[in-house]
Amino acid sequence: MLIDGSDERLIAVIADGLPLTARPYAEIGAGINLSEGQVLSRLRRLIGNGVIKRFGVIVHHRELGYRANGMVVWDIADDRVQAAGTRLAQEDCVTLCYQRPRRLPDWPYNLFCMIHGQDRQTVLAEVVRIKRAAGLGAFNHDVLFSERRFKQRGARYVGLQRGAA
Amino acid sequence: MTVATPLTEMEYHILNDFQDGFPLEPRPYERMGAALGIEEDEVLGVLRDLRARGMVSRVGPVIKPHTVGASTLAAMQVPPDRLDAVAALVSARPEVNHNYERAHAINLWFVVTAADQHGVAVVLADIEAETGITVLDLPLVHAFHIDLGFQLKC
Repeated sequence: MLIDGSDERLIAVIADGLPLTARPYAEIGAGINLSEGQVLSRLRRLIGNGVIKRFGVIVHHRELGYRANGMVVWDIADDRVQAAGTRLAQEDCVTLCYQRPRRLPDWPYNLFCMIHGQDRQTVLAEVVRIKRAAGLGAFNHDVLFSERRFKQRGARYVGLQRGAA
Repeated sequence: MTVATPLTEMEYHILNDFQDGFPLEPRPYERMGAALGIEEDEVLGVLRDLRARGMVSRVGPVIKPHTVGASTLAAMQVPPDRLDAVAALVSARPEVNHNYERAHAINLWFVVTAADQHGVAVVLADIEAETGITVLDLPLVHAFHIDLGFQLKC
């Protein structure tokens, strides 16, 4: 059992971020009947066991000048997808790399990675470079640039918020 | 096109250096300040300002997929004249945390998160019923990359 009910409540209340006040962990804890020390020890455990994969400042790329966000999707042979994903994940500018199911005939692609850049030309050049570097020339890909962001915030695990302040 | 406001050296370090390993101690912003050579109040002031300017989303955790609750990436092919309305309907769901238009025939892409897979399925079915548009359900099969933050030099 990786997490218990108190962990779930803690994750629910910090989904929108820590308060920007001097004692944020005490403030978070006050709403869910945990002491500051308990909040800290639970967070350390959740980071240690991998439930929290990172903890820190989460930026909005677009406002920082990284206006091009390309979701690069690949149709990789099933027996090659593991190797291809592992290889693409090593590229510095690839921020996420996930295998997902195809949905034929609408959607033939089974590997997704995300590349942010200052503009679309930069991202497209990076895709050409990594396709060659990873030896994926035989496979079809497409790049889906983001146009408008309608919503971006931390995940709220609806249904896990019972007891939350 | 709007040009992003240039960052000061201090803003750059606050954005770049604390994307992971944020201090887990009673006064974390004081610790950040100690690393940067400024006072706790200044750290908080810069963070509030960066948040107000939209550069900082939040200071907090990124949860590994499928350890808490369930989630999926969903996509829809929305006729362009309905895109605003359908996007608003999707964004209004509390289970949706990311929702983007992308340049493709399949043009609306969003992430649905719920307590369990049934909760995710209900949201997708609701959206399909309310819009009459098929929703592609593309759950994670395997993650090859752990999101360790974004290098501002990229």
